[in-house]
Amino acid sequence: MKHHIIEKNIGLMGVLIAIVISFAGLVEIVPLMFQASVVEAHPNLKPYTALQLAGRDIYISEGCYNCHSQNIRPFVDETLRYGHYSQANEFVYDRPFQWGSKRTGPDLHRVGGKFSDDWHETHLLDPRSVVPESNMPGYPWLAEQMVDAEQVDAGMRVLKDWFDHPYTQEQLANAKADVEGKTKMQALIAYLQVLGTAIPRSYK
Amino acid sequence: MKTNFNDEIVKKFALVTIIWGIVGMLVGVIIAAQMAWPALNFDLPFLTFSRLRPLHTNAVIFAFGGNALIGTSFYVVYKTCKANLFAPKLASFVFWGYQLVIVAAVFTLPFGYTQSREYAELIWPIDIFLTIVWIAYAVVFFGTITKRKEKHIYVANWFYAAFIITIALLHIVNNLQIPVNWHLSYSIYPGAVDALVQWWYGHNAVGFFLTAGFLGMMYYFIPKQAGRPVYSYRLSIVHFWALISSYMWAGPHHLHYTSLPDWAQSLGMVFSLILLAPSWGGMINGIMTLSGAWHKLRDDPIIKLLIVSLSFYGMSTFEGPMMAIKTVNALSHYTDWTIGHVHSGALGWVALMTIGSLYVLIPKLWGKKGMYSTDLINVHFWVATLGIVLYIASMWIAGVMQGLMWRDINADGTVVYSFAETVKATYPYYIARFLGGVMFLGGMFIMLYNVIKTISAKNTNEEVVGEAA
Repeated sequence: MKHHIIEKNIGLMGVLIAIVISFAGLVEIVPLMFQASVVEAHPNLKPYTALQLAGRDIYISEGCYNCHSQNIRPFVDETLRYGHYSQANEFVYDRPFQWGSKRTGPDLHRVGGKFSDDWHETHLLDPRSVVPESNMPGYPWLAEQMVDAEQVDAGMRVLKDWFDHPYTQEQLANAKADVEGKTKMQALIAYLQVLGTAIPRSYK
Repeated sequence: MKTNFNDEIVKKFALVTIIWGIVGMLVGVIIAAQMAWPALNFDLPFLTFSRLRPLHTNAVIFAFGGNALIGTSFYVVYKTCKANLFAPKLASFVFWGYQLVIVAAVFTLPFGYTQSREYAELIWPIDIFLTIVWIAYAVVFFGTITKRKEKHIYVANWFYAAFIITIALLHIVNNLQIPVNWHLSYSIYPGAVDALVQWWYGHNAVGFFLTAGFLGMMYYFIPKQAGRPVYSYRLSIVHFWALISSYMWAGPHHLHYTSLPDWAQSLGMVFSLILLAPSWGGMINGIMTLSGAWHKLRDDPIIKLLIVSLSFYGMSTFEGPMMAIKTVNALSHYTDWTIGHVHSGALGWVALMTIGSLYVLIPKLWGKKGMYSTDLINVHFWVATLGIVLYIASMWIAGVMQGLMWRDINADGTVVYSFAETVKATYPYYIARFLGGVMFLGGMFIMLYNVIKTISAKNTNEEVVGEAA
């Protein structure tokens, strides 16, 4: 075995390590960036409005992904319980993705339209008042804190300028006004209510 | 007692490893309690489960595991190269810079400043600073190797080298973001691509941080404590290259049956199965190093810790590929089975290997003959091992139960259980898991006491445990 050549040369060893660890990313990730079904939006999918985007930032900030997935697998029980299985082209405006890895609570990908705004607010303030078995924490501060309008405005511009999310000039101009005076609770609920609505929930 | 810079810097890493270990595991115990008794969230934002869980994972992986890895890699590289650490001031910067990253995590994650991408939650300014610290770390490590007085680079250093290089690549590629303000940033990858990049990172944080790095630790401390050479030189070569080349492909198994295209899922599954071979190569090479010295398993609790650690490594690297099979994953994914699997690796393999190595290292660093109390090491071993068993058994049962309840369909084509019913059924297992976690944390306090007594002992004392030269 000629391994002793590598063992005596750290430069060579480092280069070989860098080469062998690079293949996987090049083969698995790079082609994905060019696969149309993955990077082109579903025809019904709209970019998040200012209020929905603010809500999404709150979903991220609170760490909801720790207990809630946003990806329905193509199994009978999942489509019965949560709705039509998730498709890659429904997530192209999600930066970062929030698919999650654990369901301590139920999947949320098609929670949009499933409950009323009032139900969500009651549930987020005190989950066990509506679901006695739940071990979800309450998020009462969301009703007291206001949305950061500057952040939403800056965020929409990043999404438009860098990633070409199809916002109109009007949407960008009105971003701050759209979230002015809104609570974090209202924003989060607006986000939850649009989740997964590009495709009808019912499974056919 | 002669001191030198090399030992002084490793001492610092050894102590913070124990401190951060206790902090990270304490947060783990708190969030385990919150899952069983949700009132413990107290409606306080910074004490809420969803904000604390990333603090737990980051603290145990990067603060406890990271300090153990950097500290032992400095020790191993200077010992096996017979050379002083390269650029001592830079090495000090690595220590203080790394602690600063951890403190920054403590002051951001519970306050809602997070990327919410698993195990990469830290916000972009911290990510940039961590990159600088990591490059400094690489300079110290590889600089020391270039100064070596031995012709051959010892096998432990191959693993540390692969860990350092790969983590740099993963960290940078996964954190390519466009900042919105000082704390918020948006990923350059859209949805499904972001998911794969993130799990390519996430799986290899396991593969290189929690596996390759710790195999480096294993390849130094097991032969040292056993007083035997590594079992097979040839096996170490084969399993090293096989391990680092196949690990990188396995990430997609975290996304089975999701919206990630099938071809990527299948590729991930195949490489996950292949991964069993090089993983077990490492386990066999470590355990067989004891061949001819099996009696030490009976006499030396440190050897017991190290070998049981490898056994957990073998178990979790068998379980992992099994869970990466799509049909098995269909049941296990999204359930607490995953949590059980992670902890069989994190507590069983990573933590026990760290604990065993520290018990070897600490008396040497402080110039003592051995740890203050061998009996307390033995107690620590049993409390920790039983705690792990309680933890993973309860999560296995909970996970399989959840998977079976979720998929149960009535004859009329409706689901049998509401989601809330499956939560209700899990409570007893959350309580059992909490108790397992408390036991493991208790073991850490026993260790802290033993370490303080060892360090502060005036004379080199009665117990002789870490005698191997």
